[in-house]
Amino acid sequence: MGKGEKPLLALRSVGKTFSNGVTALADVDMTIREGDFLSLLGPSGCGKSTALRLIAGLMTPTTGLIDWDRKAGDDISVGFVFQEPTLLPWASVFDNVWLPLRLKGVSRGEARPAVMELLERVHLSGFENAVPRELSGGMRMRVSIARALVTRPRVLLMDEPFAALDEITRFRLNNDLLELWQDQRFTVVFVTHSVFESVFLSSRVVVMAARPGRVFDEIAIDAAYPRDAAFRTSQDYAAFCQRTSDVLGSAMNATGRSRDDGH
Amino acid sequence: MTVTDTNSATQVLDPEEARRLRNEQLERIGSFVLPVAIMVLAIWLWDRICVWNEIPQYILPRPGVVLQTIHSDAALLFSSLLVTLKITFLSLLLAVIGGVGLAVLFAQSKWVEMSFFPFAIVLQVTPIVAIFPLINIYVDNQTAKLLLCSWIVAFFPVLSNTTLGLNSVDRNLRDLFKLNHASRWQELWHLRLPAAMPYFLGGLKIAGGLSLIGAVVAEFVAGASGQSSGLASRIIEAGYRLNAPRLFAALILVSLAGIVIFLVLSLIAHLILRRWHESALKQER
Repeated sequence: MGKGEKPLLALRSVGKTFSNGVTALADVDMTIREGDFLSLLGPSGCGKSTALRLIAGLMTPTTGLIDWDRKAGDDISVGFVFQEPTLLPWASVFDNVWLPLRLKGVSRGEARPAVMELLERVHLSGFENAVPRELSGGMRMRVSIARALVTRPRVLLMDEPFAALDEITRFRLNNDLLELWQDQRFTVVFVTHSVFESVFLSSRVVVMAARPGRVFDEIAIDAAYPRDAAFRTSQDYAAFCQRTSDVLGSAMNATGRSRDDGH
Repeated sequence: MTVTDTNSATQVLDPEEARRLRNEQLERIGSFVLPVAIMVLAIWLWDRICVWNEIPQYILPRPGVVLQTIHSDAALLFSSLLVTLKITFLSLLLAVIGGVGLAVLFAQSKWVEMSFFPFAIVLQVTPIVAIFPLINIYVDNQTAKLLLCSWIVAFFPVLSNTTLGLNSVDRNLRDLFKLNHASRWQELWHLRLPAAMPYFLGGLKIAGGLSLIGAVVAEFVAGASGQSSGLASRIIEAGYRLNAPRLFAALILVSLAGIVIFLVLSLIAHLILRRWHESALKQER
């Protein structure tokens, strides 16, 4: 899955400079194909979150362009999962997942089948009337994922979604996310600073370097899906992690050097 | 994961937990019993001081006499209380409408807020007693005078708190609404207003007390010129006539009204926020 399919969107020489003079991204070229699970991996300050916000349309690039493959009459929809669950604290789980549809004018009754099906997919059946504070951190994140998917977006953008969770919860969410992805065939762009997470999940890992944020290298993770707990302990996994780790190491060295050069 | 165990009576508790449980129960009882005991003691002391020092009734009446006065002057006092309460609630209602309305207007644009907020502050910091002579010149209707006065005092906490609340929305949630192409109206209705609710209710609690104070103070200032019939007029009148028992009785009714208003508004706030807001949650260990 993922390989050889046509590009869904491409970043062409994209750069972003903020009004305070900080260049978050410089000259980034990146192609995201339909069905990809692409991870952006890099040290903090490499602009991976900025890249995600540019793709989402929450920011406009200073230079270059973001080129979507639009089918005729097709409205590109993106789902976004933030680092925090970012739920409405006063609304029930159902209402939180319903929200994106509600904003499009879909009534509660019309939205019900889609919402209930997604809640089942993220293993939250029976919790639709709970409010966020009654849920654990992992469950809140599941609600957040369900909300992002309820509009059936073509791209799911995830900004370090599991960084604040404990390891056991993170592993479980990783598995469930992969299952959903294989099932529903959306495209994922996943920002992370964990080598292990990026290798386990992705079909491709884009390693970024900082100051200015740029694409350093790209690694294809040619391991078959479905990937399960056995994959985590396999030789292949270890080798991919080793390789990705080495590339990340060089990316961070490159970061250090360019900063020293600047002074 | 989410269900916390409740202590069942059959459970065996170690000494530390048992002590904690006992302390909690004592605290719960104490929180009711202690204030009542102190109050009773204070009233008893008040009574004794009157008796021991043979203080005449027109200077400090005994609590029993005050109670009797509330009963014997009930028709007069309660109809006056009703007048004061009417002003209080009307001005509170207007404060809510005005405060929330202006806050929503301010939330539409930073420019509007920057331009008009200073006016609200000027209105707030100028003592109402000092403004009243002006109101007295411009407004004829007695009720309108009192309402305006009381409203000026009460609306600011609603405005200032609601404005703060409307502006304290999680940035990511705002991004989420933007991603979903929410209209300004949708963002206000589904995100900003609910997010501002705890702040608004905090402001409302303050405004409730202030509108009563405003109503009483306004009547006091108007008392000399007007022919009002609220509790403040009863207090002034009783003062002139050295009718201390009625003065005390009216005073007690005013403060009771204030307490009831506060409790009712607290209850409303609790009912609205109990499921989701930190302020309404019981502390968990």
